[in-house]
Amino acid sequence: MIEVRNVTKSFDGKTILHDVSATFQSGKTNLIIGQSGSGKTVLLKSIVGLLRPEKGQILYDGRDIMGMNGEQIKDLRKEIGMLFQGSALFDSETVLGNVMFPLNMFTDMSQGEIRDRAQFCLERVNLNGAGDKYPSEISGGMQKRVAIARAIALNPKYLFCDEPNSGLDPRTSILIDELLSDITHEYNITTVINTHDMNSVLGIGENIVFINKGHREWVGDMKEIYRTDNEALNEFVFANQLFQDVKKYVLSHETAVRPQ
Amino acid sequence: MVLTNSIATFGRYCMFMRRVFSVPDKWKTFFSRTVFEVAKLGVDSIPLVIVISIFIGAVITIQMQLNVTSPLIPAYSVGLATRDIVLLEFSNSILCLILAGKVGSNIASEIGTMRVTEQIDALDIMGVNSANFLVLPKVVGFLFFMPVLVGFCIATSFLGGFMVALFTDIISVSRYTYGLQAMFNEWYVWYGFIKSLFFSFIISSVAAFFGYYVRGGALEVGKASTNAVVSSSILILLMDVVLTKLLLQ
Ligand SMILES: Nc1ncnc2c1ncn2[C@@H]1O[C@H](COP(=O)(O)OP(=O)(O)OP(=O)(O)O)[C@@H](O)[C@H]1O
Ligand SMILES: [Mg+2]
Repeated sequence: MIEVRNVTKSFDGKTILHDVSATFQSGKTNLIIGQSGSGKTVLLKSIVGLLRPEKGQILYDGRDIMGMNGEQIKDLRKEIGMLFQGSALFDSETVLGNVMFPLNMFTDMSQGEIRDRAQFCLERVNLNGAGDKYPSEISGGMQKRVAIARAIALNPKYLFCDEPNSGLDPRTSILIDELLSDITHEYNITTVINTHDMNSVLGIGENIVFINKGHREWVGDMKEIYRTDNEALNEFVFANQLFQDVKKYVLSHETAVRPQ
Repeated sequence: MVLTNSIATFGRYCMFMRRVFSVPDKWKTFFSRTVFEVAKLGVDSIPLVIVISIFIGAVITIQMQLNVTSPLIPAYSVGLATRDIVLLEFSNSILCLILAGKVGSNIASEIGTMRVTEQIDALDIMGVNSANFLVLPKVVGFLFFMPVLVGFCIATSFLGGFMVALFTDIISVSRYTYGLQAMFNEWYVWYGFIKSLFFSFIISSVAAFFGYYVRGGALEVGKASTNAVVSSSILILLMDVVLTKLLLQ
């Protein structure tokens, strides 16, 4: 479980996050949603310690990352996997090399064991046989999946994903969503996903935190989201006619279904 | 304003260097990456060094002979001047200015690209000391290989002059080789090698620094690599003055 308490972050005097508090639960897919520019990436980077907020606490199962020194943060990060907005695969390594990288750096396993583990992770994300290619030779969706495989290689307790399906077609997006959701439940990971994809919100949102202009505006799950009377959230989630129809349908039937 | 800015930049450079010079997370990876960098930054520069040196060596010899025609000047002066120019300045300062363009821009753009595509963040998130992991192998690898490049440069420069003597009738071979050996001062060789080590450190660390702190996108990576080359060239020239004063007086 990760608790974020009263986090404030500004850049050059401009406040981006205003006193944000949120709780992210283990074994659940926690979503951070919000408009482009609302501060989702800043919040995620603050949580993992890539940015340093001016105020607040960030507790990983009780351990406050803000009070840690460099060594302690390094140790904590061995429990963290992260998927970046642009995949961030190492260009100079093959797909297999990318997945083997954290294993090489942080375990004392033999090369054979490392190879097996990396192969297993690649199979887990349905990427058999692409191990010898370089990141520039595979498609965007495959890159995302390689990045997921790399992030889960060390069996992380916490998994962070910054827009895992931006720039992907709807079918691939759903595959990635389901993959993340499955992994989360299978290994009881605390997964935090940044997204503005409504399919993900309504499909895998077990705990949704809505950020509006740097304020935490709303918290709930994918069922509650249909019944909210929060104006900003309604405008954001049900922005087009299709989703409004879905909302009407769901409300009249009172059971949440995934829009197809 | 300019002064405070440069002091602030120097301060950040020092903090960066402190992170670079920490104990590697994994020695095995460090060594294999260092070998890789020696090949990429060092060995791959040999052809460039050879081509430039042969031509400059030849040109210096021709220039000396054509411009120094007075009968009062002793016959060995052409070889001697070629040798001393190469040993004192060309094989270290000028060579490093050229390498700053090749190696410096390579390092800055490589690390800068890794920064803007979040690959450095990815390393940090894994708990790797990214500055140390990426930069130390480059600095160490290039430092170790620098004397080899200087050696190649000196040898091929002399060869360039020798070819002028051999294939043209500007100067005779015996006069040239006699000049090369006349009044040799061994310290000049050491002086050149010592200077080149300093310059090699400037090239790799300054370029890495500029690349590591890129903010933005591809445009900024290009700017950073230009800035890296300009700054390291200026630093090399400054350092040249300081070291010459210290080592030759
Ligand atoms: N390093 C930085 N320096 C200055 N301002 C920044 C920095 N990073 C982010 N910001 C500002 O913070 C605001 C929020 O940015 P952020 O990247 O968190 O948005 P986001 O919600 O992730 O948007 P998107 O969905 O488009 O990724 C933006 O207005 C941006 O200009
Ligand atoms: Mg973002």
